Amino acid sequence: MSQLIIDNLHVEVESDAGAKEILRGVNLTVDTGQTHAIMGPNGSGKSTLAYALAGHPAYTVTAGTVTLDGEDVLAMSVDERARAGLFLAMQYPVEVPGVSVSNFLRSAVTAVRGEAPALRGWLKEMRGAMANLSVDPSFAERSVNEGFSGGERKRHEILQMELLNPRFAVLDETDSGLDVDALKVVSDGVNRVRAGGEVGVVLITHTTRLLRQIPVEFVHVMWQGRIVAEGGPGLADEIEANGYEQFTGATV
Amino acid sequence: MGEVSMSSLRSYDLADFPIPTGREEVWRFAPRKALKPLLEDVGSDGHLEWETTLAGLELRAIDADEARARAASAPVDRISALAAAHSGQAMLLEVPADTNHPEPLLIDLRGTGREPVVWGQLLIEVGRGAKATVVVRHTGTAQYAGNISVVVHDGGSCEFVSIQNWSDDSVHAGHIATRVGRDARLRSVVVTLGGEAVRLVQTVDYSGPGGDVDVRGLYFADAGQRFEHRSFVDHAQPHCRSNVVFKGALQGEGARSVWVGDVLIQPTAVGTQTYEINRNLLLDDGARADSVPNLEILTGDVVGAGHASTTGRFDEEQVFYLRSRGITEQEARRLVVLGFFADVLDGIDVPMIRSELMRAVEAELGYVHEAEH
Repeated sequence: MSQLIIDNLHVEVESDAGAKEILRGVNLTVDTGQTHAIMGPNGSGKSTLAYALAGHPAYTVTAGTVTLDGEDVLAMSVDERARAGLFLAMQYPVEVPGVSVSNFLRSAVTAVRGEAPALRGWLKEMRGAMANLSVDPSFAERSVNEGFSGGERKRHEILQMELLNPRFAVLDETDSGLDVDALKVVSDGVNRVRAGGEVGVVLITHTTRLLRQIPVEFVHVMWQGRIVAEGGPGLADEIEANGYEQFTGATV
Repeated sequence: MGEVSMSSLRSYDLADFPIPTGREEVWRFAPRKALKPLLEDVGSDGHLEWETTLAGLELRAIDADEARARAASAPVDRISALAAAHSGQAMLLEVPADTNHPEPLLIDLRGTGREPVVWGQLLIEVGRGAKATVVVRHTGTAQYAGNISVVVHDGGSCEFVSIQNWSDDSVHAGHIATRVGRDARLRSVVVTLGGEAVRLVQTVDYSGPGGDVDVRGLYFADAGQRFEHRSFVDHAQPHCRSNVVFKGALQGEGARSVWVGDVLIQPTAVGTQTYEINRNLLLDDGARADSVPNLEILTGDVVGAGHASTTGRFDEEQVFYLRSRGITEQEARRLVVLGFFADVLDGIDVPMIRSELMRAVEAELGYVHEAEH
């Protein structure tokens, strides 16, 4: 088993008005095999947590630690984190013109696995993973995310997760912009990865929609840069029924 | 939209092209100091070293009169007029009519030093219905004024690649004159990677209807390098097509590029289809790219005509995205820059040249292949 421990994490983001503290002491421990949901209204700091874990340069950690089996994640570069087994499915994945999906996936898989996969087996693996996510084979030759619809981008993110097989995956608003069918395809993909039992999954969402497709064991409510409530799946039901006001009202 | 800045004047008479002062539209971006030796009317016996792989064809020397008769165009400026005047003879590669040459015909031109100045002329002629790929590579050290003429006769098809990968103290200027006949096709790619200053003016002329020309360019300017590419597509025949795509990357203090793309659609050129685009990628601060598309339409009957120009900074979000998948920063930058150049590189049909150019771009980025460690 592996363990990701986020301890008292404080994160600032640089803005025109100067540095602004977004995360104000986040604590979260995730074991491989577990699935957690981080819920909260827009602007509560959920995506900041995701980007800070991935090492985005716009986010500065001012206090706290993140460790993966005792290793200091914050000391790692962006790509070192990915190679250590962290994966972030992004809410808004960027276009990379001229870089084909197949070239990108092979480069990523080569980097994370530490060696280039044999060409024959690789093509089969990639095509199989694409078929599982109902991604048209022609996408392999298209530029990364270029001209992709919102749903296609999300499926492409999950495709990468399946191929990179991370120890910990953070899925940032993966359900947003998906219709019912696409949500099912994406959820099935996440559930396939979870079924291996060797990944810890953190679902970031502000609705309970995704949680009806992907069963979670732990629910954390984030508000104003802190986790203000924690519980089991029942907490998500409560949010569905009563909204966030009970948590946000208590801390404002 | 500006006026067509390139003078339509074509002439062998040096009196038509006085020494530029820098105020002229066509010279205002030029590194005149570096080009000075190539603007002086002084003969030279200097030459480049030639090495060719021509699959049974031959280069042959022709005299100045024959060169004039065969060239795609008369010179466009002082440097090209001087090159025509002082090169004495010209070298001609003739691809016979109705022959097909799938293997690239290679002409390597190598400079052996800055002194003396070298004047040169190379003519390529693809016969009626013939098909050929011609690659000219410029390397070594030189101060070189060279004209290249590419004529594709009726129904012929030519892929033409000119690579400028000179040493850092080289200066190269010249005229790439191209002309296609009825229903002929030319795909040209001009790639400038090395040299202190490189200034190339490409003209495209049509001698019959149905001509189809792609003008592509790729440049990568490092600190202190000044690369200028100009293209002038003169649509004077009906139902012809042109597509101009130039992509440039710049990195380092004083890296400078200029692209000026002129397209003129004459009243006679009904049914013209043309598009031109220049994109520049600034990899860091201190570099500057000038980009000037000009389109002048003198007929109401065009199929399509447009132009675009963008100059943008390197997108660190793209690099972050790739790195978040485990790809190292250097590899991520390599992928993004090669991706930027993809639509020019993918247009090169010769795999050997394409991969050579990818390697050259990688080298510009300081990238060393794992296998070469």
